[in-house]
Amino acid sequence: MTVATVLDVGPPAPRRGRSFWRYWRGNLKGSEFTWALAFSVPYIAVFLAFVVYPVFYGLWMGSAPALYAEVFSDVIYRDTVINTLIFVALGVNLKLFLALLLSGVFMRPGRVTKVMLMLFVLPWAVPQLPAFISLHWMLNGEWGLLNNALWILGGIEGPSWLNERWTALGCAIASHLWKWTPFWTVILLAGRMSIPQDIYDAAKVDGATGLNSFLFVTFPLLSNLYLVLTLLATIFLLGDFNTVFFVTGGGPNNETHLLATLGIRNAFDLARPDLGVAAVMTALPVLIPLVIILMRRMKTAEVQL
Amino acid sequence: MSLRSFAAADSVAVAAASASAGRLRRAARRWRYASNTGRILLYAVLLVWTFTPIYNIVMIALEHEGDVYGSNIVPVQPSLDSFWVVFSQGYWYLEHFWEQFGNSAFIAGMVTFLVLLIGSLTSFTVGRMRLRNGWLLTNAALLTYVIPASFLAIPFYLIMNHYGLANNPWSVIAALVTFATPYAIFIFQEYGRSIPIELDESARIDGASPLHIYLRIYLPLMAPALVAVGTYALLLAWNEYLYQFLLLSDKRSMTVPVALAQFLNSDVAPWNYMMATAIIYALPPIATYYAFRHRMSSGLTMGGVKG
Repeated sequence: MTVATVLDVGPPAPRRGRSFWRYWRGNLKGSEFTWALAFSVPYIAVFLAFVVYPVFYGLWMGSAPALYAEVFSDVIYRDTVINTLIFVALGVNLKLFLALLLSGVFMRPGRVTKVMLMLFVLPWAVPQLPAFISLHWMLNGEWGLLNNALWILGGIEGPSWLNERWTALGCAIASHLWKWTPFWTVILLAGRMSIPQDIYDAAKVDGATGLNSFLFVTFPLLSNLYLVLTLLATIFLLGDFNTVFFVTGGGPNNETHLLATLGIRNAFDLARPDLGVAAVMTALPVLIPLVIILMRRMKTAEVQL
Repeated sequence: MSLRSFAAADSVAVAAASASAGRLRRAARRWRYASNTGRILLYAVLLVWTFTPIYNIVMIALEHEGDVYGSNIVPVQPSLDSFWVVFSQGYWYLEHFWEQFGNSAFIAGMVTFLVLLIGSLTSFTVGRMRLRNGWLLTNAALLTYVIPASFLAIPFYLIMNHYGLANNPWSVIAALVTFATPYAIFIFQEYGRSIPIELDESARIDGASPLHIYLRIYLPLMAPALVAVGTYALLLAWNEYLYQFLLLSDKRSMTVPVALAQFLNSDVAPWNYMMATAIIYALPPIATYYAFRHRMSSGLTMGGVKG
């Protein structure tokens, strides 16, 4: 899929029935064209029924302007927007920066590194729900493992992490990092591995070692991938429901909701689906430009994920 | 200048050189030592970070109910009772555990199968048969890939209720197939480029139908990509919670994660049983992941970076 094919398809010129079909058929022979249609019908059906229809249904549900007045007047919504901004900004950047550094650590040859990498990716393989339930209980101020360990090993009385807005939000971000940093590390590791060794050798001859080889070889070559991953991670994080839902439950007092969890809360706890959709829709002015940039980048850069 | 002074000068130079070489070597050794220590420290931190939550699950699963509410950091009287309770469905929250596990397995299996089928058919028509305007399909997939699934949950839920598919596993399967297929299409497209198109063309000249080419040439050669995507779809279905929670509310149609989250809402959550359930639920994907790890991570990055 390159830009070239988009261009040389040209504008469709269906005049009459026959030429319309001839245009779509292209160079496929009679029965082959039927097969091609039959093969692409399942995905077209899935896309229309489960993407296009819900999207338009959602747009229709959230189309009343009065809803937005209601959404914006909600104090919880304002907190939620701030939380979402913090969660996304810190979550994406910390996660990718850590992944970038760790992928360098795991580049080192040797069995110890291999074993470490295998252990390090375990959180990725653990399903989200067991992991986040465990983190939720671990962070319990009274009986949780974290505070027990702090008390026994260091004599420190830990705070009740989940009962205060900012510590709770911090815990949600940390939980997200725990679950997802391995995934991005593996991707960046593969990115690093695809850089040919000759480039490093050439740079070495020119005197670039250590930090310099990272700054002048690795980073420029990875920057495009890094940018695409940043955009992708931003979109994924905007839609992240499970972390906050299970680690903080949106609490205390609905102070740590994200847009994704607030939408579900409005729709099901308050039984106001339209209000839920409206809350989520307020992310569209940010989401749509991101999607457009990302779709272009992914196509031209041929970075696949 | 006498020979001796030459030798003396020379030996001074040699001594200086060897001294500086020694200094360098010592510095290098110190640096290596420091960097090794740093590495060991880093690994230790990573291990503690990675394993604390996992240790927490195991510890609580091994505890008795009363000991969960204590200040210990190792199980007081470790026992496997909780696992036995889960296996024998011996607690009222767990009375349908195996049925729910079966539901999870059914959904994951169907999602994997359908994602592989629909994804491979689509990328076969676009990439191999070169269906005109096939890029529309690829773009549709790309668009779906970048829409957060949780943002579509509310309209999706209402539509499914409208269709009368509430409490039906097929509604969840539909949702998961929708969100997993785009990734499958990318990977298949990308991987398919490494298979020479001449194979298809020569089969075509010999009179093979597209179905024949798809079954006999395309699928066998795509096996590695199929494994990668299959693992991905399986893990996705096993990880998903939101759609299962919204669409499956009946005790007998729900899946394990939904049942687990119900525990959480009860007044006295039996944490040890929950954690035992969580471990049993987490084992199949972990095993699958480690079995197909290399395939999966190469699948994730097919295409890689362009310099």
